[in-house]
Amino acid sequence: MIKKNPDFKICFSVMTVLTILVGLFQSWGIALSMLNLCLISAVMAMGVNIQWGFAGLINFGVMGFLAIGGLATVLISVPPVPEAWSAGGIGILISGFFLLAVVFSVLIINKRLPNHKYKNYFIFLIIILSIPLLKLIAGPSISKIESINAATSGFLGGANLPIIFSWFVGAILCALVAFVVGKVCLGLRSDYLAISTLLVSGIIITIVKHEEWLSRGVKNVIGLKRPVPYEVDLQNSEWFIKLVEFLNSSKLSNVLDFDERTSLLNQLVISSSGVFVKLCFSLIFLAVVLIILYFSEKALNSPWGRMMRAIRDNEEAAKAMGKNVVKQHLFIFMLGSAIIGFAGAMLVTYDGLFTPSSYQPLRYTFLIWVMVLLGGTGNNYGAILGGFVVWFIWIQSAPFALLVINIFTSHLDETNYIKEHLLNSVPYFRYLMMGLGLLLVMRYRPKGLLPEKIIKN
Amino acid sequence: MDFLNSIILLTNFIIVPGITYGSQLALGAIGVTLIYGVLRFANFAYGDLMAFGTMIVILVTWFLQSKGITFGLLPTALLALPVGILLTIAVSLFFDKTVFEYYRNKKSDPVTFIVVSLGIMFVLNAVVRIIIGPNDINFMDGHKFIMKAREFKQMTGLNEGLALKSTQVITLITTIITCSILFYFLNKTKTGKSMRAYSNNEDLALLSGIDPKKIVLLTWIIVSILATVAGTLYGLDKSFKPFTYFNNLLPIFAATIVGGIGNPLGAFYGGFLIAFSEIGLTYAYKKFFKYIMPEGLEPSTLIQFISTDYKFAISFAILIVVLIFRPNGIFKGKVI
Repeated sequence: MIKKNPDFKICFSVMTVLTILVGLFQSWGIALSMLNLCLISAVMAMGVNIQWGFAGLINFGVMGFLAIGGLATVLISVPPVPEAWSAGGIGILISGFFLLAVVFSVLIINKRLPNHKYKNYFIFLIIILSIPLLKLIAGPSISKIESINAATSGFLGGANLPIIFSWFVGAILCALVAFVVGKVCLGLRSDYLAISTLLVSGIIITIVKHEEWLSRGVKNVIGLKRPVPYEVDLQNSEWFIKLVEFLNSSKLSNVLDFDERTSLLNQLVISSSGVFVKLCFSLIFLAVVLIILYFSEKALNSPWGRMMRAIRDNEEAAKAMGKNVVKQHLFIFMLGSAIIGFAGAMLVTYDGLFTPSSYQPLRYTFLIWVMVLLGGTGNNYGAILGGFVVWFIWIQSAPFALLVINIFTSHLDETNYIKEHLLNSVPYFRYLMMGLGLLLVMRYRPKGLLPEKIIKN
Repeated sequence: MDFLNSIILLTNFIIVPGITYGSQLALGAIGVTLIYGVLRFANFAYGDLMAFGTMIVILVTWFLQSKGITFGLLPTALLALPVGILLTIAVSLFFDKTVFEYYRNKKSDPVTFIVVSLGIMFVLNAVVRIIIGPNDINFMDGHKFIMKAREFKQMTGLNEGLALKSTQVITLITTIITCSILFYFLNKTKTGKSMRAYSNNEDLALLSGIDPKKIVLLTWIIVSILATVAGTLYGLDKSFKPFTYFNNLLPIFAATIVGGIGNPLGAFYGGFLIAFSEIGLTYAYKKFFKYIMPEGLEPSTLIQFISTDYKFAISFAILIVVLIFRPNGIFKGKVI
């Protein structure tokens, strides 16, 4: 079913061609890291596409869900800090129970008093009162935890499990958060939903940034685990050296001197170990993309997918046919957010570090949206293609801008003020490219590069 | 005496900064609300429009300063303001002609408008960063303080000082002038009334012979004025950084919706509501209670509702609360 689709060919041939071009003209290391980020972006774009393309829900909170996914990698893979746990673990657990109690009381009020006049005010009062109380309970233990070894840890640490688990945990966490957000915001009209999800993601980022006992906040978590081998281990393992020797045997056989040969081999081993690690990542990410794509396509062509499109295209009619629109919206919002969270965890795993302050809406929300809109809303291949093309432009626009500037200012002096200024602002041309690309696509191909295929019987 | 001290304390740390920040938010929020009311979409490029206007003002300020022209005790930026406003109007109209007009004629849905405003946001973002760079710029000159905390203490003999920056007074005065002119225009003049009529019911307005093109043009002009003024005032009071301006879009949106989207007066109050709750809820009241509580009953904790780190989060939380309880905003906006 999937292979017959012409979009599949377009999508993956574009991806292969772009990677090979970059590999030939720049280097294979750059090409593979670009490919990896493209694949991660494709997963993000598929998550947004499920919400926006399938169901017409506008979610500008992508950044927040990515950050939750990233947080999951910290919570799962980092070894726990026993001193911190013994110092403040109990306090944190108690406040956790308190938070649960608040949540349950809100739920009970919501259930028991469905039509009470002051129901909402009760809930509001409980939440408002719980914030200072929570601070009072957790405050001392938080400061204890944060003061332990502040330079290296200062947080509770995680569960010390393999990092792959965190991808799933990130997805589950995101689904839970999306449930709460969806309950609150999904009843709103499209533009209100956009603004409120944007603001919710702002709140999430603030929490991740400032709750240092949980995530180390702005102090970042570095040196996360990897699902693939480390370069250093590879360089010392015999099979890898043999493999490199075998692959480069023609190159090596040209060098006759033994010492020269060993040093060349060493260089090759070092450079190819980086490439090998990235290749491992690429394979894992590609597998993820293909699996999500497969299920997404299956879902889209199932009765459920048809129902979602029916709801998107005419909510009233779907309601009249007895479909539970509210429930389906909530479900698909959770599903999309879970995929975004999965991608967020993948991204942090690939980077090997979690930096809460790097989450900015322009890069982590709106860029993903450009991918979906550019690629084609409602079409999974479109989302993947968008992820690739946009990330490619995003990465390559700086060198491209540099080239253009150099051509146009070649008659100017090296020390010319305008030239220097332009050369310094090269990184910002990517925003310009994105904006112009988005405006052009919206104008001339409003359905995106690979538009949605309407299935007619 | 203690009572006076406590009042001065609150004035210095909550009321004065609240009024200043509130005015800046209010000006911005009125702009967003006007776009929403007349053109019927949430403009995500507004924060960057503010940054653009401020950037022009800064460039002209630098130019004037290099020629040796200053505005005496007042900041030179006020002299540069008209140029900034004119260029911002030009940019707004340019984007309206090239981008928004097409979708308006096509009667696209609000989401399409949001998406193209995202495109413009990216473009303006890039333009500002390419021209002036992403760094913090302080362009305030002239007299810094009207009253310093120390002077106030000496003058009154109180323990607590009251500092008054000139930018705070300028902000307040400019806001009063701008808003009075705006509300007079909207409520009393014929053009303003036709604008409100168009916002209220497009079809009826067209039937009564109101020219939509004129209304749209007028809206962009007013919005650009507001954006530039609000941006410049914010930049004078704090400093100019493109990223901060982008982030300010969020509290501005919150103020707009809290006040009832499409309702200028509501946006005005919404700005102040957001500003005062942001400042009031993150202020540590320990000192205040020290003054007013009897001896021996002084609080030991900071008496702070939530830490200052969560300043932005407060406006978002208020917005969400308002959306749940009164989706039309506190002062009835458009029915959403």
